[in-house]
Parts: sequence; structure tokens; C-alpha cells
Amino acid sequence: MAEYKWPAPAERKLIGQRIARVDGPVKVSGRAKYSYDYNPKGLLFGKVLRCPYAHARITSIDTSAAEKMPGVKAVQVVQKPGTEILWQGDDVVAVAAVDEPTAEDAIRAIQVKYEVLPHNVSDSEPPPGAGDGPPGPMSEDDLDDALSNQVPEAQVISRLQKDGVTFQVTDDMTKELKGYGVPDAVINALKAAPYHPEAANQQRPPYQKTAAQTLGDPDKGFAAAEVVSEGIYGAPVITHCCLETHGSAAEWPSPDHLFVHCSTQGVSGLPDQYAQALKISGGNVRAHQDHVGGGFGSKFSPDRWGIATAQLSKSAGGKPVKYMLERDSELMTAGARPSAFARVKVGAKRDGTVVAWQSDSWGTGGPAGAGSPPIPYVFEIPNQRKQHTAVRTNQGPARAWRAPNHPQAAVITMGALDDLAHKLNMDPLEFFTKNLDIAGPRAPIYREEFPIAAELMGWKEKWHPRGDKTAGPIKRGVGLSMHTWGGRGHASNCLLTIHPDGSVDIKMGSQDLGTGTRTAILIVAADSLGIPMNAVTLNIGDTLYPPDGGSGGSTTIGGVSSSTRRAALMALDQLFAKVAPALSAQPADLEAKDGMVRVKSDPSKALSWKQACSKLGAMPVSVTGKNPGPGNLINSGVGGVQMADVSVDTETGIVKVNKMVAVQDCGLIINVKLAESQCYGALIMGISYALFEEKVLDPVTGRMLNPNMEFYRLAGLRDIPELVVHMMTDPLNDNRGVIGLGEPPVISPGAAISNAVANAIGVRVPFLPLTPDRVLAVLEQQQKAGA
Amino acid sequence: MRAFEYTSPTTRQQAAELLAGSWEQSAVLAGGTDLLSLMKDDVITPKRVVNIKEIRELHGVHYGARGMQIGALTSLGELADHALVRQHYPAFGDALVEAASQQIRNMATIGGNICQRPRCWYFRSGFGLTPKTPEGKSLVAEGDNRYHAILGNDGPALFVSPSSIVPALIAYGARIRIAGPKGAREVTLEKFFVIPKAEGEREHDLRPNEIVTDIFLPPPAGGRYAHYEVRQKEAFDWPLALAAVALHMNGDTVRSARVVMGYVAPVPWVSAEAEQALVGKTISEQTAQAAGEAAVSQAKPLSRNGYKVQLARVAVKRAILQAAQGKAEGGAA
Amino acid sequence: MADDDEKTPSGVSRREFLKISGIAAAVPLVAPQVVEAAGEKVPVYGPGKVAMSFTINGKKHSAQLEPRVTLLDALRDTFDLTGAKRVCDRAECGACTVLLNNKPVYACTVLAIEAQHQPITTIESLSEGGRLHPIQAAFVEHDAQQCGFCTPGFVMACKAFLDEHPHPTAEQIRYHLNGNLCRCGTYKGIREVIAQMSGTKGA
Repeated sequence: MAEYKWPAPAERKLIGQRIARVDGPVKVSGRAKYSYDYNPKGLLFGKVLRCPYAHARITSIDTSAAEKMPGVKAVQVVQKPGTEILWQGDDVVAVAAVDEPTAEDAIRAIQVKYEVLPHNVSDSEPPPGAGDGPPGPMSEDDLDDALSNQVPEAQVISRLQKDGVTFQVTDDMTKELKGYGVPDAVINALKAAPYHPEAANQQRPPYQKTAAQTLGDPDKGFAAAEVVSEGIYGAPVITHCCLETHGSAAEWPSPDHLFVHCSTQGVSGLPDQYAQALKISGGNVRAHQDHVGGGFGSKFSPDRWGIATAQLSKSAGGKPVKYMLERDSELMTAGARPSAFARVKVGAKRDGTVVAWQSDSWGTGGPAGAGSPPIPYVFEIPNQRKQHTAVRTNQGPARAWRAPNHPQAAVITMGALDDLAHKLNMDPLEFFTKNLDIAGPRAPIYREEFPIAAELMGWKEKWHPRGDKTAGPIKRGVGLSMHTWGGRGHASNCLLTIHPDGSVDIKMGSQDLGTGTRTAILIVAADSLGIPMNAVTLNIGDTLYPPDGGSGGSTTIGGVSSSTRRAALMALDQLFAKVAPALSAQPADLEAKDGMVRVKSDPSKALSWKQACSKLGAMPVSVTGKNPGPGNLINSGVGGVQMADVSVDTETGIVKVNKMVAVQDCGLIINVKLAESQCYGALIMGISYALFEEKVLDPVTGRMLNPNMEFYRLAGLRDIPELVVHMMTDPLNDNRGVIGLGEPPVISPGAAISNAVANAIGVRVPFLPLTPDRVLAVLEQQQKAGA
Repeated sequence: MRAFEYTSPTTRQQAAELLAGSWEQSAVLAGGTDLLSLMKDDVITPKRVVNIKEIRELHGVHYGARGMQIGALTSLGELADHALVRQHYPAFGDALVEAASQQIRNMATIGGNICQRPRCWYFRSGFGLTPKTPEGKSLVAEGDNRYHAILGNDGPALFVSPSSIVPALIAYGARIRIAGPKGAREVTLEKFFVIPKAEGEREHDLRPNEIVTDIFLPPPAGGRYAHYEVRQKEAFDWPLALAAVALHMNGDTVRSARVVMGYVAPVPWVSAEAEQALVGKTISEQTAQAAGEAAVSQAKPLSRNGYKVQLARVAVKRAILQAAQGKAEGGAA
Repeated sequence: MADDDEKTPSGVSRREFLKISGIAAAVPLVAPQVVEAAGEKVPVYGPGKVAMSFTINGKKHSAQLEPRVTLLDALRDTFDLTGAKRVCDRAECGACTVLLNNKPVYACTVLAIEAQHQPITTIESLSEGGRLHPIQAAFVEHDAQQCGFCTPGFVMACKAFLDEHPHPTAEQIRYHLNGNLCRCGTYKGIREVIAQMSGTKGA
């Protein structure tokens, strides 16, 4: 039996090298097909009429004119009269027509009347005492949002037990929730929750406060602290802004079989979600996706519009219907990162040892508020008191955004600690290093990473006490931050077949988000089988293939690399058993290397891969490697350090990033080139949210004012400075096995840049993004205070 | 986009006749970079689109003793690359290369740039140029006005004039020719922009069946010019404030000056205060700063845009200092 | 109302004008109406479908489309050239970049009807026969893509830029390659592509 471990470094031909992505050529040539590009003959075009109000009740819908229009093939009411709409842009009616202009005309011909209800889109600091009262029973939307919003399981359960629900819990509903992966404990609590129908229509205050959490003895901690720093920090709601909008094409090859091309991060997870909503069998749903134009955590569900698309197709006799969101609906409805803000008090001994933390945080994730970010972040401060207030707003609902809640936690924690370092008159590098003893399980890696990052940044030369004293309006400064993430591989199944003609194919239900999943699978398979990558045919992105986990939480690389490694080793076992007699050897004595199957102790006794495979006779070897499975191929838990060098124009408040450094571990790296790409991309995305991104909602109308790529600003080429990435690739990390990388490097940029700005101008700009108005406001305060 | 009929005249006269007498009925298509977005967003819904790009006489650049004549259909990219523009009107050139992106500059025309509609997010959401709350208050004043006007904002119009190029053209003393069914007329570019007093009024002195045909720039006459914009992104972005200045010197002292600000008012804002502050002065950090102060002395910021007063002040100061140095280094920060 | 019959400058009465231009879905194809303007006959197309022809990547294509259809939608939906992507649909992001008359433009903001008599070049033409253009090969080599959705537009913008500026200055790179946005954050690779292709050190 094979021993399930990674090949020793010296044995690796491909793993750990720098290999260009295998789907690069098809993407650069425009031939890669995304769901948006699916264009079969007879395709109908979908459109969705969306509610223009942030909070309203649908009173009537008249679709008769649209239905009569030539070219209109189906009309589907998505939300019926009587439904309460909780955010602008929510789906009301969907249509399918022969072409897009006709579908648009049909949408305009539909009459919907609303009762406009009062809205709240503000997530500014709750007034004192807000949310102190009981939050009341949960509505269905409360529950949905709590579940999709990283609200801790225990918190949801205790709320269900204590406050109950405003709606009747049905078996269909619990089945559906189970399909979405909601834990049994939550479902059981939901089933047992007291039913309070009378509360359904009660107006509730928008604030919901958690119980105060304490650790150690915060009062004693602060009493012992010799230096205390207080401040306010935070990050606003931002959007995912996937370039390929959410959406799908749906068709019914037969009346009870659905086939969808859906832009998704989780192909295998789609059938059950469609099946629940459409009341068909999950086995009758096929989903396919070759490429996806970005997800970042927002694409795991068919969504309301996707179900409507399938219904439109059904009404149109099963013809394919495609509906992809428009840019504005994408930004309004298809995902947002919850905001998080906090007033923080943090205390230390004069030598820099941090001893106490207190925070009052708040934020919104839309209609059900938001869970607390994990603060204090990374550092296990011995004495803590913290409380979080969720603010319910009529902003669109939140979704997981790359490293959910961690970037916000980093901005709050690293900002507060950086301010404390300033108050202690300490170089933050020295201060953070001093406190690494309480930096959790990844403390040793931070200890290695800090000096590397400092060297690459030139920290020693660049750092100065707060406030650049050089003449002129341009002030320069440096800042740092650190982060952690899990990233253990998800469930994965790799169906690997070696054919007697020597060809090899792999089938997996996984998907490649552009992180390089295809390339990684081929690297592992080829390196394990001792054949070139192009000798392996890889099929992914279809529910015809064995199911694989969704690509979220940096879980894909661990999942697919380990299942593929296991499959390859299992297949070799079977192949070796057939080949051994021909080489007069025992199967255990064989190895597959350099396109040969040969005797380890005597490589001259060898068969070419093709010859070896011919010994299989008529029967191919077909095995399924799984994750989890035998052997320690994967691991969890990374730590990274980042530094930023910025210039601030103190006359205009414009912040310019000059350089960023990221030092990152992620265990054994399958493909260094694409691992680095993940880090570079994360730094760039980080610069974008640190300086520019903000979902702006109008206080008067409740509408999103920047649902476009003009005022929802993404960093462009010219906004990107010198970037340096250093991957930790030593034997110690190597031995840990494969760990995910998608999330971690995007966590720190906001905090590092914010700290660099404070170092440059001598004062903290509390909230991201670091726009001129915010920067100038603190400079003005500073000037007044100094005057 | 709603359905429309399309026509492509080849002469100015045809265009004027094919255009209807009301904005609802017809629209002029030149570069299309603004028009198509307005139509997709249902902000304007013309029944007929008149493509004027086939009118050959509206293309091209001529330079002579009387200055430069620019056909309204000349693309921004063509102008940005034009040696005579770079040579004689460098601040205009700076404004051009900083504008938008290479794709936009290839498509957009200088006439279209002058006639583009405000970027106000309430206007673009269909609330009109002078939007109101149900209670009759100004939606902009009550709402999110972080990008709105700090000057010329006494009336209901609180948007800002959207061109990043027009202020430089005004600083150079540009005039424009407008053709309509009754023939052509000329106005100074400054006077072409008007502040609407009520919903339904336009921000341009242009009738629905008129088109801008030419831009005239007088010879630069030894002045010193500069264009300076403050932008959040260095890449493709709208400025938050900008200034274009012209200094006519008498030895070391300023004989006369033109200070034009962009993104601060519903029209390109010509600051008489700043001009007065400069006349008779030698240019220094102090006099430039004083002119910047003067330029915003009448500013009345709204609830969220106080920072723009500072940005405008700095843009004016920096443009003056650049102009005085005799070179125009455009650019954000 | 008397006003209704007022003649518009085109010579069509307003009532007729509104009638011919009223929105009607799936209007059958009709020959262009011809109106007289300034003494000459000028065709007026639409609002229903109009016969259009295009030269795309050197090949003739024809279709019947309404005047309101953009070049991007015609390329993607009618001619199945889906390399150019619809992302912002408002001339902001560059994912739909194609060359019109050899110059890069946003296809989302050009009407198909006005693109008829000019050569149109799309990403699909760059690797005809399966061989990548050197710029495309450089995008692969420098991993200047992740999800790849912005990539075809970026390749076209870079190609057009380098065709026009084979040896660009840093300033030209700064000013000319800002019309495309990427969400995954591949700008570092893109800068390396430009540096390699132009022999410069990049922006």
C-alpha cells in the first residue's frame, strides 16, 4: 500500500516550481467560456424588474402588458404582492424574451405598486443605550442574514431559544437550510424555537446588542496598565464587484431535468439548492461551469434570480434562458462585506506588554445586522471586555467577502495597537515583536516573518516617530499589520483513470476561480505519476463529476491537491501490481518517474509509461482519491506580515502607496508562481479597499448612489506601487502540508496602510477608505488641537 | 435602452433639420461616451438619435495667426497627441492626457466633452438636475453631497460641471461656434455654461436642434498656463477639484490673470476674486496661496463637501505656481 | 392640439414622428424611411430591426438589429464573439475593449449601427490558428490574469498601445493604460508584460 505523503523535496519535478497556469492560453485568447458567454441557439434573454426602494411592501403587480408583447416568452413573479422588500434592487418580476432589448421593454411594461416604508441605511455609531432592550423574535430574513453573515452558531442558537421566531418553521424550510449546510444544532434550535406570530409586524429598533464578553479581569488589567490608548477605527460596507456578474443560463432538456450554466464558486453544491427551490430531485439537476469571472465569497448560491431563470425556462418550454445581473444590480444586491467599527481602549505596561482590551463595536451586514469581527485580532490579550451592536439596515444583504470579518478586525486591532505603540514611544516593529508571545499558535512564524518583511521594506531606514517632520506638504510613513487564517482543505473527490493506452484523465466537480486550481491538480497528478502535465486530461466544473467542495475560505488547494495525490498513489498501486511481473519485481519496489515505471533499486529495469500501462490489459485503472483521507497531506493555520510605505499630500488629503511588502506562509506550496499571484492580487485588492471602496447609500432615498464602476472605485494600474511578496518556503513549512492562501494576504493591507498614514501625518484617520475628506478632517482637528 | 430611430446626416444643415425642437425627441450622437450611458440609465429617452460623426467639416485642427480652430468632432485622443496643441496650448494638452482613458479619448469628441451632462449621482439616478425630496427640499442638500458644488450653489442646482478640459479652454479664452436651423452663432465658452434655475432648464446655452461645431482658441500670446487636478485615483477617475490658470505677465508682475475652477460649481467657475488677488503681484508661494484663498472666499460648502473648499484652494495655488514656473506638470498629487 | 401637427425640421409632422418612433418590441424589418433634410434625402433607420453589415477580424458579417443594439452586444449575442466581456456596460472598465479603425474603444458604448463601415478587431483575431500573439504569450508568462474576465480587454488595450508606442515612455504608460480595471489584482503582471514587450522597466 502506498504511503500517503508528499514526495520529498528532492524527488519533486513539478510541485514547488513556478509553473504558468494551464488555462492561461485559453483565457488570453478570449476563447475561455464563462457562464456569461453561454450562447446556444434559441437562447432567450432574461431580465428582472427590481424594487427601486430600500424598504417597501409590494401592493400589486400587473404583468399583463408584458405578457402580450411580441417576443416575450415567459413572465415570472419572483416576489408576490404583500411581500416586504428590505433593500433596493431586490427581485420582483422576471421575464424572458427573444432578445435583450425586448426583455427590457417588457420589464418597462410591468406595473408594480409599492407601499413605501421607512428605511434606515445608516451604520453610524449607535446612540448610547441603543440595543440594550431585548431584540425580539427573529424573522425569516433575520435568520437568513444571521446564517449568511458569519454570526457565530452559538449566538444564533441562544437567540432562537430565548427570543423565538416570528414565522412558522416548516419541514421544507429546515430541509432547505440543511441543503445550504446549516448545522443540525441550529436546525434543532429552530424547530424548537418559540413561535411569536404577533411580533412579525412590529417595528423594531435597528440595534441589537450582544451580551458583554469578558476574559480575565479587564478592570484589574486596565488598573495595571501604565499606558492606555483610546481610539476609534473601522471599515465601511464594500461590495464584491465581481467582473462577471452573478447569473446563469438554465434549460430543461426534459420536463424534469434541469441543466444550468451558473457563475459559481461551488459547482457541486448547486443541484441541491435548485432542487429544493424547484421541488425536483437533486439528481435531476446538472450544473456546469468552465470559468468564473470572480466570486470572492459571493457566489455559492443560485440566488433568487437564478431560481427565477430556471422557472422562466420551464415556462418557455425548457428553452435556454440566460440572465446575468446588470452592473448596478450586482453592486446593489449580489454581495457586500459587512461594516465594522469600534471604540477601543487598550492598555500596556511601560515596557510594551499589552495587558488589557476593551471595545464597543458595531456594524451592519444589511437587514439582520452583522456578527462581531474577531477582535482583538491575532493577539490573545489576557484581560478583555467587549460588546458588539449589530445595526439592521436596508442596505443589501452581506455575503462572505474574502477572509470574512478579518480585514475589519485587522483594521480595528492593528490600528489600536499601533496607536498604543505610538503612545509608548515605541517603533511598532519592536512593539508587535515584543507581544508575539500572545500572538497565538502562529507566533513562531510571525517571529520569522517580521525581520524578513522589515528587510524587504527597508523599515529601519524608513520608520520614524509619528509625523514626518520633513518640509513640504508631502509626508511619508510606514505601517505594518499581521493576520491569520485556517485554510484546511475541503471535502474533495478525485476520479483518476489510467487507461491501457497510457492516457490519464481526471474528473472532479471542483472549479477554478482563477486561483490556479486546474494547474495545481495537474501538477500534483503529473508529479505523482512521473509523467508530464500535458499527458493528463483534466475535467472539472460539472456535476457529472465526483462532488467537490465549494471554493471558499481558502479550502480548495488543500482539498484538491490531497485528493489528487491520493488518487494518483492509489492508481499507481494498482498499476504497479500489474506491471511488477513484467519487471520481475514486487509492486512495492516500483516507482513512476520521468515517464517510466521502474525498479527503485535498479532504474535500468524499466518500462516506458505507455508500455507499463499496456500491462493493464483491457481494463483501465479507475480510482477515487478523497479528502479527508489517510496521511497528513494538508494542514490549517497560517500567519502573515505586511508592511506599507505611503505618501500623504497633507494639502489635498490624497494618499499614495509607494510600496507594499507581504511575507506569507502557507505550508507546502504546490505552485510558487500562482501562490505569489494570489498575494500580489490580494495586496492590490487591499490597496483598493484601503483607499477607494465604499458602498454609498443615500440617507434620503435609501438608494445606492454608486452602483457603477465610476464612483464605486477600483484601483487601476496607475494606483499600484512596487509590490514585494516573499513566500515562506523552508522545510518546516514544507512539512506542514498544503494550506490555503486565498484569504490571508487580503486581510492586512487596509490596516498596514492605515498605520502608515498615521505614521506619515502623525494622527489616525479612523475609518477606511482613506479618502481626502477623511484625511483632511483629521488634519484639521490636529491643527486646531495644536493651535 | 429604449428603442429609437437613427440617422446619420452628412452636413450641418441636415443635422439641424433632423434634430427636433425638443430634448425629448432627439439627441445628438458624437463620441457617444456620455449619450449611451444616459440612454441606458433612462435619464434621457430620445425618439431619434442623430449621429453627426459623418459630417466631415466638423473634424480637424487648424492653426494660424488667429489661433487654433478645432472641429467639434475632433477626438480627445487626436488632440492630446497633436503637436500644435502640445506646443501652443500645453495646459490644454495636460488636461487632455489626464482625461479618462485611452479608449474614451479615442471615442469622445471635444464638442461632446463640452456638452456632456453632469455626473451628479442623483441626476444619473433619474431624479433630475435639481432634485427635490418629497417635502420639496433639495435632495442633494439633504442627501450625500460629497462631490457637489461649493460655489454657485445658491439656487436649486448643486451639481458640478463635469468637464475636466473646459476650464483650461476657458483659461485660453476659447469661443465656440454653434450651428442651428437658423444658421451659426458664436459665444465665449464661459458664457456657454449656465446655472439652471429650475428643473427642465439646461446647464448649456444650447437648443435641442443646435450643435457645437467649432472651438476657437486665440493665440496664446506669451501667457503662462497651467492645469492642475486633484483626483482620488491616479488612474481613470473624475477630479474632485481642478484649476486652470492663465497668467499674463509684465516682467515679474502679473498684468492680468484667468483662474478657472472645475468640479466646484454647476458651471466652470471663473474666479474674479482670485484674478484680482494676482494682478500686480509677483508670483510666490504667498501670493499663490492668497489667490487660492480668494478663489474660495465665497464658497458655501454643503453638509458633506467642506473638504472640497480646501481642494479647490490648493488646486488654484498649485496651478498658479506651475504656470509661473512656465511648465505645466499636470497631475494628481 | 394644434401643436401636435407642428412640422418638425425633418418635415415629418410631430404626430407622424411619434408614431414612427413609438416603442414597439420585435418590430418587423422595414426599409429605412427617407426624409428630406436641407434639400437632400437622408435615410432614417429603425426603431425596428435594420439590416447591418460589419467587417469583423477581416470577415464580413451581417445581421438584422435594432439601432439601440451596442457593438458589444452584437459581437457577443449575434456573432458569438464572446471574448469581449460585458462588465460595467458604461465605458468605465475596459473589459469590452475592441479595436475600431485600429484604435481601442469600449464596445459597450458604440452603437453597432455606427460601427458598420469601419474595421472591427476583436481578441479572437489575435490567436487565429491557435498561435498566441506575443503579447498574449507574455500575459501567460507573467501570470497577468487570474479569473481572466478582464484579460481579453486588457490584452487588446495593451496591444493597441504597444502598436502605437513600441517604445513607450514611463509617462505614456501612465497615461495610456488606465482604461481597464481588474478585480483580482493582476496589474503587477500586466506591468511586467508591458516592460517585456517594450523593453522598458514598466510604469
